[in-house]
Amino acid sequence: MFRFILVKIGLLIPTFIGVALAAFTFIRLLPGDPVLLLAGEHGVTPERHAELMHQYGFDQPFWLQFLHFLWGLLHGDLGVSIVSRRPVVSEFLTLFPATLELSICAIIFAIVLGIPAGMFAATRRGSWIDQSLMGSALVGFSMPIFWWGLLLIILFSGVLHWTPVSGRISLMYFFPRVTGFMLIDSLLSGQKGAFQSAVSHLILPTIVLGTIPLAVIARQTRSAMLEVLGEDYVRTARAKGLSPLRVVGIHALRNALIPVITTIGLQVGVLMGGAILTETIFSWPGVGKWMVDSIFRRDYPAVQGGLLLIALLVMLVNLAVDLLYGLVNPKIRHTR
Amino acid sequence: MSEVTAEPIAADTRRTGRAALFAEFWAYFSENRGAVIGLAFFVLVCLVAIFAPLIAPHDPDNQFRDALLKPPVWQMGGEWRFLLGTDDIGRDVLSRIIFGSRYSLFVGVVVVSLALVSGILLGLIAGFVGGWIDTLIMRVMDIILAFPSLLLALALVAILGPSLTNAMIAIALVQQPHYVRLTRAAVLGEKNRDYVTAARVAGVRPLRLMFVTILPNCLAPLIVQAALSFSNAILDAAALGFLGMGAQPPTPEWGTMLAEAREFILRAWWVVTMPGLAILFTVLAINLMGDGLRDALDPKLKRS
Repeated sequence: MFRFILVKIGLLIPTFIGVALAAFTFIRLLPGDPVLLLAGEHGVTPERHAELMHQYGFDQPFWLQFLHFLWGLLHGDLGVSIVSRRPVVSEFLTLFPATLELSICAIIFAIVLGIPAGMFAATRRGSWIDQSLMGSALVGFSMPIFWWGLLLIILFSGVLHWTPVSGRISLMYFFPRVTGFMLIDSLLSGQKGAFQSAVSHLILPTIVLGTIPLAVIARQTRSAMLEVLGEDYVRTARAKGLSPLRVVGIHALRNALIPVITTIGLQVGVLMGGAILTETIFSWPGVGKWMVDSIFRRDYPAVQGGLLLIALLVMLVNLAVDLLYGLVNPKIRHTR
Repeated sequence: MSEVTAEPIAADTRRTGRAALFAEFWAYFSENRGAVIGLAFFVLVCLVAIFAPLIAPHDPDNQFRDALLKPPVWQMGGEWRFLLGTDDIGRDVLSRIIFGSRYSLFVGVVVVSLALVSGILLGLIAGFVGGWIDTLIMRVMDIILAFPSLLLALALVAILGPSLTNAMIAIALVQQPHYVRLTRAAVLGEKNRDYVTAARVAGVRPLRLMFVTILPNCLAPLIVQAALSFSNAILDAAALGFLGMGAQPPTPEWGTMLAEAREFILRAWWVVTMPGLAILFTVLAINLMGDGLRDALDPKLKRS
């Protein structure tokens, strides 16, 4: 097992350096002089230009700049945002809890609905319930989520006036940031109605972001369940006279969950992509919206740093899924 | 000598085999009702795209200044001239959606072709040649896959400049690793089979071995992946258009139409709803087809 972990981490390092190189090259492929970009509309004198080029190290060879960048990276330094003049890392860390909170809620929403739906469909294979559940799952899987978000806004905010249109909490409430998670902070503040406000702001974005993972999890659970239900041990359990609920819910589910867990882990990349759209629609102040805004403002250090941090996050979660998979399935960790 | 006698026989069985294979495939495919419906709808969309100028009631860019934000015909205030209503500058929504189908299908075809061809080439090379070339190609693919695909496409379009062409290039680039991985895995599985060894012993040159002997036997997963990435390409292009990084207004691309309509969501539901429905139905039809393809081409997977 230890060897397995080491190999997996060893494979990750060159990929990560490659990712860093990609993000680093990216900013240099963009048209325009970085110093002129930093200077903005005011412009700079030639002397000042040379001085700044030297100060930021742009006059050094490419590989040396890249080594400097890696060195900074190891120290948690990803440069300074052109727009806010704040370090990219601290900018990212300020906004990340909002994205994390939304993603966690979305994945919980997807799991809580998706696994029972998949199990239910599998046990009633071929029935109209199965067909309608899997039909809905395919619709969810095909959903353009930016449009789905707009539809939900029309219905729940426009027609029914149940939920607010955008943001994380009503402007009426103000309390200190403790964890960065609005649900927890609003509870800690003890203000009446603050928690409800945070919840009502969270509902629609959660549904929108969770829709595709929900569909994927439901489909995966169903097919994994069907596979397992045909196994001998399930027949044995049935023959012993165990209740169907016990057979399906305990004997079969436990084994069916292994591929489902992998699927859930792989949804992290989907969630980060979906967060870009969801956060833009709902003006959710998270990392996804920040990335889109940075791209539009041509804030290249922010784009570069954000890309890198998000890629790192996805890679680490995939690593965790791999290790978890190796832990529950010895066949995997002994191949090669 | 063996090659001379073997050739015509092999070609013959392949020809009859192909018709039989297709018949078998169609038998499985048509068993799946959803897949047939999806195929029918997809053919319909293709026809609409081809004959758009004949079908569309109006020019997609024509602005009817006397009919701004007209609701669809069945709602109060609607007109028969504009079946699905008009947008904020008086353009017919139905005509724009009809012309929009051209862009979406075009995006799907171009992205899948680009990603498929380059992915198959790289995958064949990686699987067939092996060694450090294999490692290099697969590491680069890992790097591309480490970024969320929409984010990477968005960033690439930012470098290349926002346009539909650049959006297609970016989406093809982020989808290509899937083809590389599939092709490589299939090649590794087939490479040491007896028929490949036989062909090699018979003196078949590497290029022919790669493309003629091995590749046809790796196609099933690639076709399924192509259907999946066709629908993903449409979704991603629409998402980029929605974010202002894809096709630029006044192009009647469905995602771009949604972006333009965003500010009217609470006043004129139809300008938002209709293009989205077009995206959803098209993508759904392709995914239904994809499920049918997977079931028909891969007997190992459970039929549903």
